[in-house]
Amino acid sequence: MGLAAFVALVRKDLQLFFSDRRAVILTFAVPIAIASFFGSIFRGAGDNDEPAKIAVAIVDRDGSAISKSILAGIRADRSLDTSTPGVDEARAAVRRGDVAVAVVVPPGFGDAAGRAFLSQGEKPQVDLLFDPSRGAELAMVRGMLTGHVMEAVGKEVFSGAQGRAIVDETLRQLDTGTMPAETRDTLRILLQSVQRLNQQSDASGGGGGGITVPYSVKESALTGGGINAQYNGYAHSFAGMGIQFLLFAAIDLGTGILLERQLGIWKRFRSAPLSRFTLLAARGASGTIITLLTLLVSFAFAMIVFNVKIHGSVIGFLAIAIACSIMAATFGLLVAALGNTAASTRRVAGFAVLVMVMLGGAWVPSFIFPAWLQRITVVVPARWAVDGLDAMTWRGLGLDAAIVPTLVLLGFAVLFAGVTLLKFRWEEA
Amino acid sequence: MPDHMLAITNLHKSFGTTRAVDDVSFTLERGQLLGLLGPNGAGKTTTVSMIAGLVTPDQGAVTIGGASVSSDSDPVKRRLGLVPQDLALYDELTARANLRLFGSLYGLSGEALDRAIGSSLTLVGLSDRADDRVKTFSGGMKRRLNLAAGLLHDPDIVLLDEPTVGVDPQSRNAIFDNLEQLKSRGKALLYTTHYMEEAERLADRIVIMDHGRVLADDTLSGLRARVPAGADGEASLETLFLTLTGRTLRD
Repeated sequence: MGLAAFVALVRKDLQLFFSDRRAVILTFAVPIAIASFFGSIFRGAGDNDEPAKIAVAIVDRDGSAISKSILAGIRADRSLDTSTPGVDEARAAVRRGDVAVAVVVPPGFGDAAGRAFLSQGEKPQVDLLFDPSRGAELAMVRGMLTGHVMEAVGKEVFSGAQGRAIVDETLRQLDTGTMPAETRDTLRILLQSVQRLNQQSDASGGGGGGITVPYSVKESALTGGGINAQYNGYAHSFAGMGIQFLLFAAIDLGTGILLERQLGIWKRFRSAPLSRFTLLAARGASGTIITLLTLLVSFAFAMIVFNVKIHGSVIGFLAIAIACSIMAATFGLLVAALGNTAASTRRVAGFAVLVMVMLGGAWVPSFIFPAWLQRITVVVPARWAVDGLDAMTWRGLGLDAAIVPTLVLLGFAVLFAGVTLLKFRWEEA
Repeated sequence: MPDHMLAITNLHKSFGTTRAVDDVSFTLERGQLLGLLGPNGAGKTTTVSMIAGLVTPDQGAVTIGGASVSSDSDPVKRRLGLVPQDLALYDELTARANLRLFGSLYGLSGEALDRAIGSSLTLVGLSDRADDRVKTFSGGMKRRLNLAAGLLHDPDIVLLDEPTVGVDPQSRNAIFDNLEQLKSRGKALLYTTHYMEEAERLADRIVIMDHGRVLADDTLSGLRARVPAGADGEASLETLFLTLTGRTLRD
C-alpha cells in the first residue's frame, strides 16, 4: 500500500506542476533569460571578443618627448580606451563616471623624470584622478602607467635627444651634488658609458637602445579541459541561475504543503493508513524530480544555444545535479515544517534563497568575493552546488572533483530532512 | 458483548490551557447515523479529528470494530472514511484524477480503483463530469465530490464534518439521499452539523456537546421527551439544543 500511495503522491505533484502551463513555461524560461543576461556579462574573452577596455583620460601638460612617448604607449595599450581632453574636461569626465581614471602629466615631467631616473633628483608627481567606485581599475591603470613611464623614460635617457641632454647636464652637475664620492664616481662612469654608447650608435647609424620590459608574456588559460580552454561565463551563470530557480521551485514545494494544510487536503492524507515517512518522502521525491528538471532544462538550453559543454565528468555533473536537487527538495520540506501560512512563508523563504544564492556565487563568481567572505560561504549549500557545477563544466575537472560537493550537498539534505522531522507539525486540529 | 463499530471512551484533549474535549464517550453502530451537535467551539471537530487520527488524544481511546489504531499506517484506518469540512480537493486536477489519488492512498489500484471511482461518481451524480477540472465545478458539485472522495475505499465508518456547508438545497438534498443509501448499506455515519433540521431528518441518535463535554446522548424521541411539549405539540430539537447549551453567543 505504501509504494502505491507513494507513487500516486509523486504523480499528483507532477500532474499539478505540469497542469499550469504558464507557470511551467515561466519556471523554465525565467532562469534561462536571467542566466543568458548574466552570462553575456561574465562570458570572458573568446577568440573573437573585444576585451572590455578601461576608459582613461590622459592630460599631457608637459609636451616633452618623454610625455609624448608615454602617451603613445598608453594609446597603444589594448586594455585601455584613451582620450586626451583638457584637465577640466578630464575632471568632469571622471565625476560623471565616463572615465575610470584621468592621468595628469605635469609640466616639466620629462626633464624631472629623466633626472630622477639617473640620479637622486626630486621625483615629479603624476596626478591620478579616479572614480571612487572603480578602485580595481585604478590599480590596473597604475600598474600599466608604471610600465609605460619606465619604458619611455629609459628609452629617452639612453637614446633620445632629451635624454642625451639630461645625461650631459647630470654629468656637469655631479660634482656640485651631495652624493657620496664613491657613488658619484660610479655614476660618472655609467653616464660616460651611456654617452659613448650613444656616439657609437650614431656612428653606426643604428637605432636607439634604452630600457624595455625585460620579458615577454605568453598567456595560457589553464583548466582541467586542457591548455587554452575558454572560460565560459554562460556555464557559470546557468549553474547559478539554475540553482536559484531550483531553490525557488523548492519553496513552491514547501508552500504547496502549507496550502494543502489550509485546504484540508492534508487531513485526507493523515487519515489514510500512510506513514509519515511515506508522506514526506513522496514530496521529497517529486520535489527532486521537478527541481532536477529545472536545472537540466536550463543547462540543455545553455549547451544548445551558448555552446556550454561538460568538459569534465558527465557522471560527476549528474551526481552534483541530483545531490543538489535532493538538497533543494529537503529545503522545501524544511520550509513546510517551519512555515505558517503559504503567503508569509513564501516571502521569508524567498528572501532566504536570495541571500543563499548571492553568497553562493550564483549571481557573480565567488572568486571575486573578499577572502573572508569566500571562507565563510562554505556553509552555504548553493556555493558547493555552483562550484561543483563549474568544476564539471568549464573547469573540466574529473569525477574525483565531484565527490566532495556531492557529499556536502547530500549532507545538507540530511540536515534539512532531520530538522524537518523534528519540526514538522503532524497534528491537524 | 459484540464490539461497537466505533467506540469513543473518555477522550480528553487540551490545547494549552484550553480544554477542547473533556471526557467524551459514545458509540456508533453499523447502519446508524449519529448526529454530533454543538455550538462553535464545542469540541466536535476536535473529537472527529481524534477519531480520524489527525490529533492525538491526551487521554482516552478510540476503537474501530474493537481494534485500536496502533500507528499512522495501521490498516485498521482503512475502515474509516473522512469527509472534511473543507473542500479538500485539487482544483487543477480533474474529478477522476482527484479520486484516483485519494483511492491510491488506501491501496486501491487498477480495475478496483476504476470501479470505485465509477461507483462513487455515480453515487454523487458526477459521472458526466469525471474528466473536468474541479475548478469548473459549482460549490454543490465540489461538496458532492468531497463526499465521494471519502467513500471511495468503501469504509465501514464515515466521518462527515459539516458536509453541507454552503450548498444549495438541491445539492444538500442529493447529499442526504447519498447518506440514506450509505446507511441502508450498513455504513456507520458520524455527522457533525449546526443544522437542527439535518439532524432531525437523518440522525438515529444525537450527541449534543458543549465546552468539550457531552451534554446529551439519546435518540431524537428520547431527547424530545426531556423538555416539556409546547402549545403546538412536541418540542423541537432546536428548543432542546438551546435549553442545553444556552443562548449566549459563541465565537
